[in-house]
Amino acid sequence: MTGPGYDPVIQGERIALVDLLDRVLAGGVVIVGDITLSIAEVDLVRVSLRALVTSISGLMEAMDDSREYP
Amino acid sequence: MGDVGDREYGEAALRHNLEDLDWLAQTARAHHAVLEAVAGRGPVVPMRLTTLFASDAGVTGTLQERADDFRRALSLISARSEWGVKAYAVKPSDPAADPGHQAAGPEGPAAGPGAAYLQRRRAQLTASSDARSEALDSARNVYAELSRVAVTSRLYPPQAPDLAGQQGPMVLNAAYLVADERAGEFAAATADLTARHRFVRLTLTGPWPAYSFVGEGDGAGQP
Repeated sequence: MTGPGYDPVIQGERIALVDLLDRVLAGGVVIVGDITLSIAEVDLVRVSLRALVTSISGLMEAMDDSREYP
Repeated sequence: MGDVGDREYGEAALRHNLEDLDWLAQTARAHHAVLEAVAGRGPVVPMRLTTLFASDAGVTGTLQERADDFRRALSLISARSEWGVKAYAVKPSDPAADPGHQAAGPEGPAAGPGAAYLQRRRAQLTASSDARSEALDSARNVYAELSRVAVTSRLYPPQAPDLAGQQGPMVLNAAYLVADERAGEFAAATADLTARHRFVRLTLTGPWPAYSFVGEGDGAGQP
């Protein structure tokens, strides 16, 4: 039996953007609350809430689709 | 290594672009694609996203000055890959639906709908807090067990629920550096742990370039 939801997401599939950002933004990227990406304690990126919400719904989908953020 | 211009990567432009999620996503994916391509040909030390040098001489200078650091990093990651393991707390099922948790307090079922409700509610809260602490215990256990198969490991902060999607609260966000010949064993251990822990759901990602194991101060941590 596989247990409740053993769910390997092996690469080759689109990897989740948030997993990638954890790694490429220096490690220790904290995606806190809803709008701030920070490295260590330094706020680095303030993502507009709207863009972020859009990204959540499409997180596992292709991010290079030409979606628009007005 | 590629040349970029001030218009996209100057200080002000970069600050702006890093706030543009589309730009960030595309740049991160492009960065990752380059690393993946190079990783197929030998060990590679990933740079952070938007690592910029003012000149080619700056690159060669850094490579020379920090040759020992790069050699150390290369020897750490050679024939090894990074794997990501995340654990999500599984929501407990409604205890009212579970005969084992049916109210059987001193008042009994005859105590009226108010008392019955309170009892049910108390049982729900207890079950939910039990499940939460079980999930955290499971996460610690999973982290420790998998560390035995890995060369080293590192913890990331759990991702925010909004970003993690509908999977429930994240209780573990770990990266492991695993010898390539033990990759199968690592995946099997992950599957085995997920079967043994009913309060967490595990996801395995990888192999990744060794992003999490080449920086300064990157080392093992405790949950």
